[in-house]
Amino acid sequence: MKGGLAVALGAGAIAAAPLVASTYHVLLMLPFMAYAVVLLGLNLLFGYAGLVSFGHALFIGLGAYTGAFLTTHAKIRSLEVILLAAAALGALVAVPVAALCVRYVKIYFGMLTLAFGMVFYTFVLKFYRLTGGDEGLPFLRPSLLGQSLDAMPKTDYLVGPYYYYSLAVLGLAALGMWRIVHSPFGLCLKTIRDNPAKAETLGIGVTRHRFYAFVISAVYAAVGGALLGPPTGNVDPTLAYWTHSGNIVFMTLLGGFTSFFGPVVGAFVFIYLQNWVMSVVPYWRLIFGAMLAVIVILAPDGLMGFVTRRRPALAGRT
Amino acid sequence: MILEAKGLRKLYGEFCALDGVSLGIDAGEFVSIVGPNGAGKSTLINILTGVVRPSAGTVRFKDREIGGAGPARLARLGMARSFQLVHVFPDLTVLETLQAAVVARLGRAARLFRSLARDREVQAGALEVAELFGLADKRHVPARQLPQGDKKLLDVASAFALKPVIILLDEPTSGVSTADKTAIMDTLVTASKRIGLRAIVQVEHDMDIVFAYSDRIIALHQGKVLADAAPGTILADQRVMDTVIGRKAASPRALSC
Ligand SMILES: Nc1ncnc2c1ncn2[C@@H]1O[C@H](COP(=O)(O)OP(=O)(O)OP(=O)(O)O)[C@@H](O)[C@H]1O
Ligand SMILES: [Mg+2]
Repeated sequence: MKGGLAVALGAGAIAAAPLVASTYHVLLMLPFMAYAVVLLGLNLLFGYAGLVSFGHALFIGLGAYTGAFLTTHAKIRSLEVILLAAAALGALVAVPVAALCVRYVKIYFGMLTLAFGMVFYTFVLKFYRLTGGDEGLPFLRPSLLGQSLDAMPKTDYLVGPYYYYSLAVLGLAALGMWRIVHSPFGLCLKTIRDNPAKAETLGIGVTRHRFYAFVISAVYAAVGGALLGPPTGNVDPTLAYWTHSGNIVFMTLLGGFTSFFGPVVGAFVFIYLQNWVMSVVPYWRLIFGAMLAVIVILAPDGLMGFVTRRRPALAGRT
Repeated sequence: MILEAKGLRKLYGEFCALDGVSLGIDAGEFVSIVGPNGAGKSTLINILTGVVRPSAGTVRFKDREIGGAGPARLARLGMARSFQLVHVFPDLTVLETLQAAVVARLGRAARLFRSLARDREVQAGALEVAELFGLADKRHVPARQLPQGDKKLLDVASAFALKPVIILLDEPTSGVSTADKTAIMDTLVTASKRIGLRAIVQVEHDMDIVFAYSDRIIALHQGKVLADAAPGTILADQRVMDTVIGRKAASPRALSC
C-alpha cells in the first residue's frame, strides 16, 4: 500500500504543479508526460517481455506526424481524433514491423528495430510533400473535448487545459498498462522474458505474445508522440531519428525497467536533468553518456532500484 | 496407445544420436527410459515433446501425427514435460510459475485486461499444485532463490499444473539424495492420480527408483533400443543390466549409422 500512496502523491504533485510551480517548469512537464506515455508502452516490451527496441522513435514520429498532418492538411483539430488516429496508425504500422522483428531476440531484434526506424526516418525526410522534409510540419493547436481554444494565449493554453488533458491521458495510459501487466497476458510475458523455452512447453505462444507486446508498445509510443507536438507547435524529423530511440531506452534504464513506474520516473529525471545540464555546460551528451555508463555498471535497476531493491532481471551480467 | 514413435533417427552432423527408435506408451503406464550417458535419452524426450525435430521417423500422439507441431501446441494437446537441466522462470515466484501453467491450460494467456489476482480458478489451481508438491510454504519465493531440489520440483510441478494426458520427465530427481528421490517419486504418483494423468515417461539413472516404480523399462544404448520390457525381464537380462548400469566400461560410440 506504500506504493499506492506514492502514486497518489505523485499524481497529486503533478496535478498541483501548475498552481505552484513557475511557468517554465510547468512547460517542462508537458514533454515529461508525453514521454511517460511512450515509456509505459516501451517497458512492456523491455521490462516485461525482455526485448529492447532501438527503433521506437519510429512510432513517436508516426504519432507526432499524424497530429501535424491532420491539423495542417486535413483541418482536423480534435485531439481525441488525433490521438485515436495516432493509435490506429501506430498499430497498423506496428503489425508488419512486429511480425518481422519478434522472430528475433536480443541484438538481432534490436538491430532490426533500428533498421526500421532508419527507413522511416528517411521516408520522413524525403517525402517532402507529406512531411515537410527537414523543416517538418506545424502542429496547429488542437481543440480539447470539442472546445476550440484558439483564442487563449499560447502559454495559458499549455499550462492550463492542455496540461490537464495530458495528465488525463497519462493517467488512462498508466491505468491501462497496469491492468495489462497484472493480467494473465502480463504474467505470460514475464515467463517468456525469463525462459522462452520453458514458456513454450507450458503451451504459451512465445512469438504471439511478443507480437502483441510490440504492437501495444507501438500504440503507446504513437499516442505519446502525438502529445509531444502541441507544446512546440511543430514536428520535425529528429523525432524519428535513431538517437531519439536511444534516448527513450536511456530514460527507461535511468528510472529502472524492473519496476512499473521506473520508466516514468526516468522520463521525469531525464527531462529536468537534461534541461539543467544544458543550461550550465554546453556538452550535455558527455555528461549523460557518463551517467548511462554508471547506471549500467552500478545501478542496473535504475533509480527505482534504490526504492524497491529488487535484483535485476535482465542485466547483462550473470 | 497414447504416444507412439516409429523409426526415430536424429543426426547431429555426422553423429547419430538416435538410430531407429520405435516405442509406444499405453494409457495407465509408468515407463522409465534408462541408459548410459549419451545414450540418447534426452534426445528422445526432446523429439517426443516437439522441442527437437527428428531427422527421420514419426511421432503420433492421441492418434494424430505431431511431426513439427512444436512444444506449445503439444502442451495444449495434453503433453507436458520437464527438463534435465533445471528450467525455471528465475524472477517469478513459485505461485506465479504455477499460475502461468494454469493460465495456459485454461486458454487464458491472451487475456489482456482481466485481473490475474481476481481469477479464482487460476489462483486456486496454482495453489492446489503448490500444496500437492509441498511448495506451498515457499509460494512467494522467486524461483532463483529456491534450493536446487526445489527448482527441479517446481519444474515438474508446473508440468503437472497443465493437467496433461501424458507427462515426460527428464531426470526429475537428478542431483537429489536417494531418500528425497523416493519422496519425490511418491509425490509424482500421488499427483498423477489426483490430476487424472494417463501416463508417465521418465528418464532416470537410479535403478532402485526405476525398478520400484516402473511398469515397463526401455533401455537405450548408442541411440538404439536395447530392451523394452517389464522390470522383471530387464533385471534378469545380464547384458542389459551391465550396459545400463555401466559396470562394463562404456564402449566408444559409433560415429555413423
Ligand atoms: N545439439 C547437439 N549437437 C550435437 N550433439 C548432440 C546434441 N545434443 C546431443 N548431442 C549428442 O547426442 C548424444 C545423446 O545425447 P543425449 O543428451 O540424448 O544423451 P542422454 O542419454 O540424455 O545422456 P545423459 O544421461 O548424459 O543425459 C550425446 O553424445 C550428445 O553429445
Ligand atoms: Mg539426458
